[in-house]
Amino acid sequence: MHTLIQGVILGVLTGGVYALMASGQTLIFGVMKVVNLAQGAFVIASAYLAFTLFTQFGIDPLVAVLITTPLMFGIGVVGHWLFLRPLRREDATELSILITFALALLVEGILSITYHTTYRSINTSYANKAFDIGGFSVSAVRLYGFIVSCALLVLLYVILQKTRFGRAIRATVQNPQSATLLGVDSNRVKAYGFGLGIATAAASGSIYGLLFPFNSGSHYDLISRLLSVVVLGGLGSIGGAVLAGVIIGVVSSVAAVTWSPTWSEMTFFVVLLLVLLIRPQGMFGRVERGAL
Amino acid sequence: MKLSKEGASPFFTRIGLARGGVFIVALIVMPQLFPQHWIWNMMFFTVLYAAMSVSWNLIGGFAGYPSLGHAAFFGIGAYAMAAIFKSTHLLTNGWQPFFIMPLIGLGCAILALPIGLIAMRTRADVFAIVTITLLFVAQTLGYNLKSLTGGAQGAGLSRAPFRLDIFEQPFYFAAVSLLLLAMGIAYFITRTKLGMALTSIRADEDKARGVGVRTTAVKVMAFAVSVGITGMAGGIWAYYLGFIYPQFAFDPLITIAIVLMTFLGGRATVWGPVLGAAILMPAQQLLAYYVGGSQIYLIAYASIFLLIMLLLPRGILPTVLSKRRLASLAKQGNMSGISSTPAITGGSNS
Repeated sequence: MHTLIQGVILGVLTGGVYALMASGQTLIFGVMKVVNLAQGAFVIASAYLAFTLFTQFGIDPLVAVLITTPLMFGIGVVGHWLFLRPLRREDATELSILITFALALLVEGILSITYHTTYRSINTSYANKAFDIGGFSVSAVRLYGFIVSCALLVLLYVILQKTRFGRAIRATVQNPQSATLLGVDSNRVKAYGFGLGIATAAASGSIYGLLFPFNSGSHYDLISRLLSVVVLGGLGSIGGAVLAGVIIGVVSSVAAVTWSPTWSEMTFFVVLLLVLLIRPQGMFGRVERGAL
Repeated sequence: MKLSKEGASPFFTRIGLARGGVFIVALIVMPQLFPQHWIWNMMFFTVLYAAMSVSWNLIGGFAGYPSLGHAAFFGIGAYAMAAIFKSTHLLTNGWQPFFIMPLIGLGCAILALPIGLIAMRTRADVFAIVTITLLFVAQTLGYNLKSLTGGAQGAGLSRAPFRLDIFEQPFYFAAVSLLLLAMGIAYFITRTKLGMALTSIRADEDKARGVGVRTTAVKVMAFAVSVGITGMAGGIWAYYLGFIYPQFAFDPLITIAIVLMTFLGGRATVWGPVLGAAILMPAQQLLAYYVGGSQIYLIAYASIFLLIMLLLPRGILPTVLSKRRLASLAKQGNMSGISSTPAITGGSNS
């Protein structure tokens, strides 16, 4: 029982980071109807960036968020302008999947040449510290990571709910045509929405780098997890992505402590298959035209 | 480019048969003219990847369901081969593995049925998600099912007892047969109702279902046939190399390579993927020879792919053909033929 509760605590803390990553992923889908397969690659790229900032300049990864996030926002906006905006054909969905896949591999290739493929981890002074809360050990890194993730999720919520830009994004998610008719510049919203999604990837990348060792190939693992989270939550639903992130974090962490860490990676896929079998639109997804 | 009088083109045309015949003869004769080992090796990989691209095109090009998980089935085929012909097994007849190949293909196709049924319940987005996750799962299994795959240490196969001076030839001709099989299926698809069904799924699946196309059956079948061929290619590859590792058997690079070849040549055509493979594979081999290191391929493949998508989104063959068609129509002063040309036959008609 003790290990089970320990697993749940660990799962919730890790799930917070997945929730942050997945909210960016699902935001991009909501605004652009694009499944961004490069999200994992951008997370890893930001983790490397945080790694460099830490080893070269001694900047704490949680502070580095302030640097990596605006940078990745810019990269996202430029990437959208370069690669996704030119697609205006009827098969844009299909092509954008392949384009983001190619982007992911491009980022992976650049990272593996710059940093080689050995696993890296960011060893801060508090890397091995742990708090004892009611008999359960809670590692400091995970707790800090969870707090920062929650803060960023709240910030994302405020941006989306309280600003004009956020309102334009939500309008585009709900009904792109009406939004355009009401004067929302859809190209700009898409570009900034994509940038915002990549920016959340950047923020979660710093935290991911703190929690797990990573190399340039880690993004496959990550993107599979993220996509399972997003599908479970319902494509396009940010609240769903947050809840699903925590759920999947808990399920895989419990599977790891009660069963085997190697096979706990499979829980993501099992969850994905179950969702597709039972409720293909996910927990909070809308049934789109064309989906069964 | 002639359209027959009735509007429907016959199954075989004289020029089509001639083109196929020339292609087969070229495949047989060409490597004989340059009998170096590296040429045979390059031809083998070119033809193998051409076969996989043609098969990817069945689901990714014709039906518009971009599969990112073909590398998973490539690896499954490779490991199936490795499991049947372990290195301890002494082969009396080197051709035996080639006869097992169709069974491996069938196995992959059967495995694809439930996956396809689940993944294709919704539209292309979810299909891409499931297939890329499948690739990761297959890779994890490759590393962790140690009793079956040998894990990261790799798995050895029984050595092919062919004479060293002609060692590559049996593999090359096995790959050629696979390519011809794949092209035959693709050709059959462009010439029958099946092709229309697949293309209608790509254009508008709901309408297709509305007018009575059995969309689920058609697309799951296309997926199964497609990964069946890819699995067989994996089997040939494993037997050729004699020793396989999970990171090369389940390599996302394989997926991006075959997707790139298809898009470069022209998707939803019979010849496009072959053209794409004929351009890219020798280029990759030369790059490997002069530069080395697979990270370079990653960058090269990804950049070329992004460039093609931006500059030549329809691929070489459809672009060239439509230019030629327009030019010839302009010469005749007859523009009425454009609309009656079926779009699906793209590069393959005439």
